[in-house]
Amino acid sequence: MKPAVLTGEHFLTGDSACAEGALAAGCRFFAGYPITPATEIAEHMSKRLPEVGGVFIQMEDEMAAMAAVLGASCAGAKGMTATSGPGFSLMMENLGLGIAMETPCVVVNVQRAGPSTGLPTLGAQGDMMQARWGSHGHYEIIALAPASPQEIFFQTITAFNLSETYRLPVLIMADEVVGHLSERVLIPDPSKIRLESRPRPKGRKDRFRPFHPGANGVAPMANAGEGYMVHFTGLTHDERGYPVMTAEAHTEMVSRITGKIRANLDKIIQVEEYRLEDADVALISYGISSRSSYSAVDEARARGIKAGLLRLITVWPFPEEKIRELAGRVKCLITVELNLGQIHLEVQRCAAGMAPALLVGHAGGTVITPARILEEICGASRQ
Amino acid sequence: MNSSHTQKHPLDGILRTDRIPHIWCPGCGIGTVFSSALIAIQSTGADLTKTAVVSGIGCSGRGAGYVKLDSYHTTHGRALPFATGMKLANPELTVVVFSGDGDLFAIGGNHFIHAARRNMDLTVICVNNLNYGMTGGQAAATTPHMAKTTTTPFGNPEPPFNLPLLAYASGATYIARWTMLHTRDLTQSIEEALARRGFSFIEVLAPCPTGYGRRNKLKPIDFLKIYQEKAIVKNGAHPAEVILDFNQGITIGKFIEYDRPTFSESYERICRPQAS
Ligand code: SF4
Repeated sequence: MKPAVLTGEHFLTGDSACAEGALAAGCRFFAGYPITPATEIAEHMSKRLPEVGGVFIQMEDEMAAMAAVLGASCAGAKGMTATSGPGFSLMMENLGLGIAMETPCVVVNVQRAGPSTGLPTLGAQGDMMQARWGSHGHYEIIALAPASPQEIFFQTITAFNLSETYRLPVLIMADEVVGHLSERVLIPDPSKIRLESRPRPKGRKDRFRPFHPGANGVAPMANAGEGYMVHFTGLTHDERGYPVMTAEAHTEMVSRITGKIRANLDKIIQVEEYRLEDADVALISYGISSRSSYSAVDEARARGIKAGLLRLITVWPFPEEKIRELAGRVKCLITVELNLGQIHLEVQRCAAGMAPALLVGHAGGTVITPARILEEICGASRQ
Repeated sequence: MNSSHTQKHPLDGILRTDRIPHIWCPGCGIGTVFSSALIAIQSTGADLTKTAVVSGIGCSGRGAGYVKLDSYHTTHGRALPFATGMKLANPELTVVVFSGDGDLFAIGGNHFIHAARRNMDLTVICVNNLNYGMTGGQAAATTPHMAKTTTTPFGNPEPPFNLPLLAYASGATYIARWTMLHTRDLTQSIEEALARRGFSFIEVLAPCPTGYGRRNKLKPIDFLKIYQEKAIVKNGAHPAEVILDFNQGITIGKFIEYDRPTFSESYERICRPQAS
């Protein structure tokens, strides 16, 4: 077998770095369906997984890909799939199943411009609200937004760790530019990579309740074939996993699957602050758009405007506290994203009138330039 | 206390007795098919901790909820891809898919043909009750031409699938059809399917008196009479020649069994780097 962790310095696309991150995280199952601009992740996995003892399968559609990943995870494997907008829409069905069955896995969306078939080869960040609410019903989700090939490598590991720790599908909301960009990627020694695995049951097998939460709100998980005789269903169920068709049981189950995320926000949410200490104008951005935002901040500072950037590494759950704190101390918030205002709505909600919340964004197809952001910063600072 | 409640049923060991009574209607055929499946699973003598049951959605899909094995009640139509992932992640598992005709052949039809094409090592038991029972008796991809359902009030304008032929054309390597009246043959067929490698498909006709029966003037006993009078055993019959017609006849039997590499066997040979 070849090594799963290719320690060393590489020149990789974001898509390939994502695949290598998955392998380094212990992913040994990938089910996918070709779609631009995420296909290269599947291609990379089809070559690499058999070398490291894993299995790659190309499924008949994205509903099947998502279902296969959940099946593999229930049998104990770390599984992943990767897609883009149209496929992401099809995955929403079984994403919900993964949430209800509390099944760890990672779903990568290399975003392109939509709606519908849209601009298959050009980037956007238009699926951010779909990531939050795309499957039906009320739930919590974890979504990360990588800004570079190096970051997608590490975020893929983080995504697996979070999915295993909290037992849910975790989303990586990349975009076409990050997916296709080639940059230097440093892959560390495996001993430097911290890996988490799902909480495991202890005690008598016949007394095991598969959805009885542990200390952090997350239930230990027994895999198929281990003798626990578990039952998993997408129906509303009790701690035994048995369907119960009452409002009370539903409240209890939804509280459990949302509560385990709400109770651990401080452990889940990651943001990066850049020159925000004394900022008057705070940019809020993520993914590819955050890279233009750094330059805009530096440029504004060079012109004497105190600008800073809050880069969202975790987009969902939304860093509400951080935005509130910022809104209380800056003169203006500007969300920079490749859509017509999605995370912007969350920023507005959290700012709650404490500071004006503006938007720099467009419908997708090309990155937002630093000049465009700078223009908005200058305008805002004159107010 | 009724003594029948204190006696142990031979399938108690493999049933979630704390979930009984089940939801199936009086006169429904699913329970009989389910029993056959459980008897077959038990009689293989295989390690039950290594047997998993996967269902989709519908009346038959509830089967996974009553079996005391690792059991997964998934989304509508997606039992097969879920089972595919499960089998590939842990090849030691015997994975049984127990679901209905609507689930496996309408919403899940695409998954069925691809799982069969890959010769995925799964045992698929399809309870065919000719309609959607759970939602109150709507037309399915198996509803006979001109039959009445809640969505075909004037009679079904469409023809049904011939499931054995579809399975054959897709590449299934074991294909049988029985009715729930033919429990011995059915149980034996499931045992055979469990013992072999590859994609095994067993269609089982079962009455849905509440849905299909009510609108087509068939009482539970009428279905059984038809199964008894019209079923003709033709083992080895070509799937293109098998019929399913309550007037003309119902071809039952084991139609197809042959060997070809499963997905996993081919994957190991072709994709896995070989030690030189
Ligand atoms: S509706 Fe039909 S298939 Fe469903 S349980 Fe009742 S009789 Fe059986």
